[in-house]
Amino acid sequence: MNKKNLKIIVFTAYFLFIIFSFILNFNPGKEIGNNFLDFLLDMLKILPCAFILIGLFEVWVKRETVEKHFGDESGIRGYLWGILLAGTSVGGLYVSFPVAYSLYNKGAKLSIIFTYISASGICRIPMTIFEASFIGIKFTIIRFLVSLPLVIISSILLGNYLTKRNYEIAEGK
Amino acid sequence: MQYLFLITGALVLLSFWADRDKTVKALKITFKKFKKILPAFLAMLALVSIILFAVPDQVISHYLGSSNKFSGIILATFFGSITMMPGFIAFPLSGILLQKGVPYMVISAFTTTLMMVGVLTYPIEKEYFGHKVTLIRNGISLLIALIVALVIGIFFGEVL
Repeated sequence: MNKKNLKIIVFTAYFLFIIFSFILNFNPGKEIGNNFLDFLLDMLKILPCAFILIGLFEVWVKRETVEKHFGDESGIRGYLWGILLAGTSVGGLYVSFPVAYSLYNKGAKLSIIFTYISASGICRIPMTIFEASFIGIKFTIIRFLVSLPLVIISSILLGNYLTKRNYEIAEGK
Repeated sequence: MQYLFLITGALVLLSFWADRDKTVKALKITFKKFKKILPAFLAMLALVSIILFAVPDQVISHYLGSSNKFSGIILATFFGSITMMPGFIAFPLSGILLQKGVPYMVISAFTTTLMMVGVLTYPIEKEYFGHKVTLIRNGISLLIALIVALVIGIFFGEVL
């Protein structure tokens, strides 16, 4: 049995389980089904816009522009751009992956891509404001000052390591 | 969230006005990319739905609220890594935990892994970056979260 068939079987089993849970009034299954719907609706508020913006980015933004600001020659400013871009992003990591992939295909370098992904986890602006108001500004500042340099350093190390080994990001691998 | 719709809508209109063909091409790219990654998103949603059922907020709050610092950090790291929670739920929850006396370093381990380590987003990350890089990136993120927790602990006087 190949992998694709296995996936289809697992998905079918999952959805049958949900459907029968609703028919038979099986509460755990109903709860799981509701969780699925809740998150699906949440993501549908973000994903279509995110992918439309990715599409527009692909046709309008020139490769040279990305190379200049996020590529090998961008230097320290490339990381700053990556972090700023991450700060304005929405959703969660799952939105950053396709964005990172498009950036990479337009000539962004790996270390900046990884910085962008991690930074989009830890420094989205709306989320940070939320954090500071519930946990405290001191907490947020320490978290930023410690995590951002570590993110940049580890991204550079990982990027260099992968570049040396001729790694290439391949969609659908 | 409405801003996202407004900005996207405005940009599509602007793009359409500037170049019709390019816009159509962009939307085709959108559709193609979305279709390609959709199974991975559904896989993630299925995982999320099961995990949220198995590990609801009350369970997390119970375990983080009733353990000592160090087992607290380990549990927080574990829960933060395997669950997914939007910020508007995670931070108020953290606020409540703080009031219950949960140390800042435990909160830090929880929120940082929640934001950076994605077991549930694995199906998507893997599609773009492959197994190996996904594992390495998440491993590094886990390590960073622990270092952040430690430094937070030092600054809030919780370590010694």
